[in-house]
Amino acid sequence: MEIDTLDRVLSQHPFFQSLDEGYRKLIVGCASNVVFQAGEIIFREGESADHFYIIRHGRVALEMHNGGKGPIIVETLGEGDVLGWSWLVPPYHWRFDAHAVELTRAIALDGQCLRKKCYEDHSLGYELLMRIVNLIAERLHATRMQLMDVYGNVKH
Amino acid sequence: MDATRRGIQTEIVLAATDLDRLLLALKETGYRVYGPTVEDQAIVYGELDTAADLPRGWTDEQDGGIYRLKKRDDAAFFGFAVGPHSWKKYLFPPEVKLWSAHAKAKGFEIEEETANPQKMAFLGVRACELAALGIQDRVFLQGSFVDPVYRSRRDGLFVVAVNCSVAGGTCFCVSMNTGPKAESGFDLSLTEVLKNGDHYFLVSAGSEPGREMLARLPQRPAETEHRQSAAAVVENTAAHMGRTLNTEGLPSLLAGNLDHPRWDEVAKRCLTCANCTMVCPTCFCSTVEDVTDLSGDHAERWRKWDSCFTMEFSYIAQGSLRSSARSRYRQWMTHKLSTWHDQFGSSGCVGCGRCITWCPEGIDITEEAKAIREAPQKTGGKP
Amino acid sequence: MNPVNPMLPEVFKIRRSAQNTEDVFTLELERKNGGGAGFPFKPGQFNMLYVFGVGEVPISISGDPTRPHSLVHTTRAVGTVTRTLCQLKPGDEMGVRGPFGTSWPVEEAEGNDIVIVTGGIGLAPLRPALYQMFARRERYGKIYLLYGARSPGDLLYMDEVGLWQHQYRIETRVTVDAARRDWKGNVGVVTHLVGKISIDPVHTMAFICGPEIMMRFTRVELTRIGVSPDRTFISMERNMKCAVGFCGHCQYGPHFICKDGPVFRFDRIQNIFGRREI
Repeated sequence: MEIDTLDRVLSQHPFFQSLDEGYRKLIVGCASNVVFQAGEIIFREGESADHFYIIRHGRVALEMHNGGKGPIIVETLGEGDVLGWSWLVPPYHWRFDAHAVELTRAIALDGQCLRKKCYEDHSLGYELLMRIVNLIAERLHATRMQLMDVYGNVKH
Repeated sequence: MDATRRGIQTEIVLAATDLDRLLLALKETGYRVYGPTVEDQAIVYGELDTAADLPRGWTDEQDGGIYRLKKRDDAAFFGFAVGPHSWKKYLFPPEVKLWSAHAKAKGFEIEEETANPQKMAFLGVRACELAALGIQDRVFLQGSFVDPVYRSRRDGLFVVAVNCSVAGGTCFCVSMNTGPKAESGFDLSLTEVLKNGDHYFLVSAGSEPGREMLARLPQRPAETEHRQSAAAVVENTAAHMGRTLNTEGLPSLLAGNLDHPRWDEVAKRCLTCANCTMVCPTCFCSTVEDVTDLSGDHAERWRKWDSCFTMEFSYIAQGSLRSSARSRYRQWMTHKLSTWHDQFGSSGCVGCGRCITWCPEGIDITEEAKAIREAPQKTGGKP
Repeated sequence: MNPVNPMLPEVFKIRRSAQNTEDVFTLELERKNGGGAGFPFKPGQFNMLYVFGVGEVPISISGDPTRPHSLVHTTRAVGTVTRTLCQLKPGDEMGVRGPFGTSWPVEEAEGNDIVIVTGGIGLAPLRPALYQMFARRERYGKIYLLYGARSPGDLLYMDEVGLWQHQYRIETRVTVDAARRDWKGNVGVVTHLVGKISIDPVHTMAFICGPEIMMRFTRVELTRIGVSPDRTFISMERNMKCAVGFCGHCQYGPHFICKDGPVFRFDRIQNIFGRREI
């Protein structure tokens, strides 16, 4: 995919909404187009988190293993979502398994490349961090809601 | 029909010694007569046979958490304020069977409870209690549904009001604009006058049945002097209220202070014993109980008084929604003084003071409202 | 309903019963003594269901209001009465009082896009609203059904939901709190789905039914996409003994859930909604 096309896709994605054009151009330099087939593993827990993904369409499942109980899907992500924040948090290792549930198209962003650019330009770093923090806050809230087991009506 | 034109008086003087004749006339007309009587060191409401059953010569001393009977130095029939009972126990019984069900070969059938209670006459209804009656009428008769239990007891009720000659230590009917004079909603009203060795009642009729009853009584014509003496009795009572409550803007004040620290303060004292709701003449909450006999073939549903002070009251599958004493006291008080207006167009409090007297901690609704008024919160509540 | 005595149940017979999930079941009822008019009701209303000798519970009606000849209730076996209800068989009898309460403003919503956000058993009181909209599908814009449950096994009416999607052009988004790998759908909270729909917020009506915490955060998401409180309706639950405004149990601030609710326009309860222990 051409750089122009990548730039257009990024500009339309909610994660990059109202981001300064100059910064977007910088980020495009770290971007590449990826496709995952249904069932394809995107990353595994413990592996080094070199990328994160801007999902264009499809569905990705985040899984955790729990010994004999087998893998449990704790969240799915789809169009408009961002997959992964471990690239920004030392020691840059994935905390989940992720696989594509269906054919998924995404833009992969090189974590190392972005970390370097953020280090060089703290304003860009702040912009990205704010977006990621927002994302993490939403995930944390969702996780708490799930923990509350709100549909489990019965008082134990 | 114009009563005077028919030669029937609407206001007469009845000698105190003839009060029995009123009871007799009521009974002859087919009423069971209920009124105040002394029982277990309190003035309660019970069935009256003669005027001798009334608490003649007794009065009551009342304050927060305090109730004591004392002898009067005269022979007044109604020289006391209100006791722990209210008339609601007759119209909205503490326990009543709603219906029964009987198992059949297949399934069951339901049989409506069609008890037809004997006509009742209440003797000695105070102005605040008339207001309470009006409030319960709105709850049980004037909404989209009518409670048949209340209806069957309320229809044909004969009300003999008594204008208060004594203000109890916890009374605040003047603040609530409900007393101490009965203005309407009665068939007969009595003002007891003891003056210069004379002891009589100024009796006024407030309805056609009242006028008819009046005609059956031995009587003297009511003169200006009698009226003036009766008015003085009520004025004196009005001037001696035990408590006051500023009702100006109270509904929105409380609605805007749902998180006021005062609720925590009162929660430290409140035992959530529900006494206030039991003695309150307007509290109408109830629960139902389904019971079966040992064979399991016969089931009944009973309705019983309930209280918003119990944990079970707000219980749903997730648990009790008002688990703290704070929230339960707040529910009761804000309902009484604030949300009642939204629901029924008036305050739910008539200023009778029972909740103050009968609270084991002496928690005082007028004091609680005052505390919030003096230091309202800046935010929260109704916009 | 008995016009003179609203406390008197009428005896109904169970025509059919079905287990929907591990703890949710559906009963289809008919009048014991026939009755040609069936059981007319409005979507969102509820009945008091009585089990002989055991007790009574408020349960929303979940059948089709355009086909009132059968009375359908879907509920969860969670208390003494519902657990006994769950064991009743076709031919068994039970008592019914109702219908009570306010309804989803299905007719007022004509001409709008509709967003239904529901969680768990909350789909049951909304199903009648959907049925009524299906009968006049052309009068509505987009209809979204965002539905969350605890796990795939807890999802209700899934055969029907699939059918609605195609037959009545319902945009369905289903999610669960957690799932095994064989689940190919969404995992996550239902509120998260709200931000992903595309509607015209000023011509949208939102109907929400589910646990209060879920309804609270759904409102947060609706605010984000521009759906105002006065275009949002929610269904509330409280303890109820009489259903006719006498027993006092269901009071919610100035409201009685039984007669002013269970369905409220959100702006009318906004000032107390979510406040603790009201």
